Amino acid sequence: MDFNHIILFLYAAILAGVPLLYGTLGEIIIEKSGNLNLGVEGMMYLGAISSFLAAYTFESAFLAIIAGFLAGVLGALIYAFLTVSLKANQNVTGLTLTVFGTGVANFIGERLKMTSEAGTVIVSDSVIRSLLPMKLGALSDIPVIGKLVFNHSILTYLSILFAILMSLYLNRSRIGLNLRAIGENPSAADAMGIDVNRYKYLHILFGGGLCGLGGVYIALVTCVGNWQPNIIGGQGWIAVALVIFASWKPLRAVFGSLIFGALSMLRLYMPKSIIDIPASIFNMLPFAVTCLVLVISSIRMKRENQQPAACGVNYFREER
Amino acid sequence: MSSRFHLYVSQRGEVSKAQEYTMRILALVAALIAGGVFLLLLGFNPFEIYATMLKGALSTEGMRQETVKLMIPLCLTSLGVTLAFKMRFWNIGAEGQICAGAIAASYFAYFHNHLPQGILLSVMAVAAIIAGGLWGMLPAYFKTRFDTNETLFTLMLNYIIGFFITYLREGPWRDPQGGFAATPRFLKQARLPLVNFPGVGNVHIGWIVMFVILIWVFFYLRYTKQGYELTVVGENINTARYAGMPVKKIIMRTMFLSAGICGLVGMLQVAGPDRQLTDAVANGRGFTAVSIAWLSRLSPIGIALVSFLFSVMEKGCSMMQTDFRIPASMSEILQGIILFCVLGGEFFINFRIGRTRKEA
Repeated sequence: MDFNHIILFLYAAILAGVPLLYGTLGEIIIEKSGNLNLGVEGMMYLGAISSFLAAYTFESAFLAIIAGFLAGVLGALIYAFLTVSLKANQNVTGLTLTVFGTGVANFIGERLKMTSEAGTVIVSDSVIRSLLPMKLGALSDIPVIGKLVFNHSILTYLSILFAILMSLYLNRSRIGLNLRAIGENPSAADAMGIDVNRYKYLHILFGGGLCGLGGVYIALVTCVGNWQPNIIGGQGWIAVALVIFASWKPLRAVFGSLIFGALSMLRLYMPKSIIDIPASIFNMLPFAVTCLVLVISSIRMKRENQQPAACGVNYFREER
Repeated sequence: MSSRFHLYVSQRGEVSKAQEYTMRILALVAALIAGGVFLLLLGFNPFEIYATMLKGALSTEGMRQETVKLMIPLCLTSLGVTLAFKMRFWNIGAEGQICAGAIAASYFAYFHNHLPQGILLSVMAVAAIIAGGLWGMLPAYFKTRFDTNETLFTLMLNYIIGFFITYLREGPWRDPQGGFAATPRFLKQARLPLVNFPGVGNVHIGWIVMFVILIWVFFYLRYTKQGYELTVVGENINTARYAGMPVKKIIMRTMFLSAGICGLVGMLQVAGPDRQLTDAVANGRGFTAVSIAWLSRLSPIGIALVSFLFSVMEKGCSMMQTDFRIPASMSEILQGIILFCVLGGEFFINFRIGRTRKEA
């Protein structure tokens, strides 16, 4: 196994990690507001199909990204309306959003294929090319670093930017701290004069948009604009797992999605002569590791590495 | 000064059963209308489609058999998760517990198939219940010991055991004769016998198991001490503690039963319709069951009705694919719309909206 091979492997790990990162960042911000949204997979599906439709119809990468983001927001809006305004059960609402999103995306994708003459639907090359990894002039020619750092899709850079901004937002800004207060103890936050519902709505919607972007990446970059049934294939659920793995911290999410991305690519790049483990066991690893993290963090009882205390429980002022 | 009227929300007290059911039926009607509008937008006649759906699920004996075959695992899994939900333990790991049961049952079907059919099937069923139950007790143990979040834990366990089936299928349990990486077919003695379901025809014996468990869960929750205990733990864990109930033991026991029923579903699937161990043994039923259990407000009779409705929808939608070129995923969209409507409708059962005049 030569050095070049390792670089290629790391590069593939980054590519595989980006959609996971979007989903994870989206879910982190949602959970920080005190809502557990199990609809990440569904919102990714909605983002994927909308961006695909937009790219197919308008032949514009920009519109495709916007459409994907908005579709995620729309999915999250259903969730926020039901759980925040109508106090519906969060687990059931989230699961339903996943079923619904999966259904809508597969339905539209399938209909497109049925009604098109060729039997396949592919987005035009120009759109895809503007989203695929691009060279950043001389920077991309630097050995190793050029390939790993300066040779990516715009969506990849955007995801890292989101992670950094979100980390600053949650730890350094007043609004971010208010948000965390809501996730930990909504009645205290309410007493402080924070508009709990408004905060919840805004952050759930934004989180949904991020999940939608994960779908955009999968539809247009991973699958290069060639729609397939069940296109997300459980990556939304991995993102839910990653939130735990990252202990609700955006920067750790970057690191975590890189590891999970690497785990999913390992079987393709690891020579059988070194480790001969079946692919299914490799696929199992991220989830097993997440279980371990979940158990260990609950044993150590470290407050800062736990889920926000009020996460999963709806807030109703009269019940204070 | 923006508005002179101000909306406020308050909790309702007791709501009559009749009011509750009216609300739920209204939500269902709203869902059907919303689904109809969706179909209308696609250029179809919703009445025609709904009629075809019903016809496709119920008109011939063969279709009714398929519908019942879909209903058996859905209904049983929902009954299983209901036990845990009644205790406010979020078991969304039914998917994995079905897999665990299926693996244990398949082990006996593949390696101890010299036994006579009756004994072999009983052993498979018991093994499935134990395997499923133990797989479910794992998160229960950590919940009681370290307060580990069970929603996330049970969710992760689904994937671990799911990939373990893939491993078995591609590796040690692969059929050496087959071209694809698939497990061998079960021998005749490891397959469930068919029993005549009045008005439907021959369906595997799982439908009897379904009715037995349905009645058992009904009585267990309503008339037994254990059923009472788990309900108290669900309503208020501190009350249960003060009353001197062994809370940890109750949680472990209930999760074993909840997951055990799901494990049994795994056995019924591999020995019934599947006749081999496949990755799709659970096929999302564990998640659908969460919705069904919730839609039925954890009432066993309600579960039977809702899982029947969902099975009709699934079977009916598979017909629409061939008849109208409407993809079968329509079933998922309808499921989603129905649930959204009922989830929203629930609010109007539990809360009241009033208007007050505000000082301008």
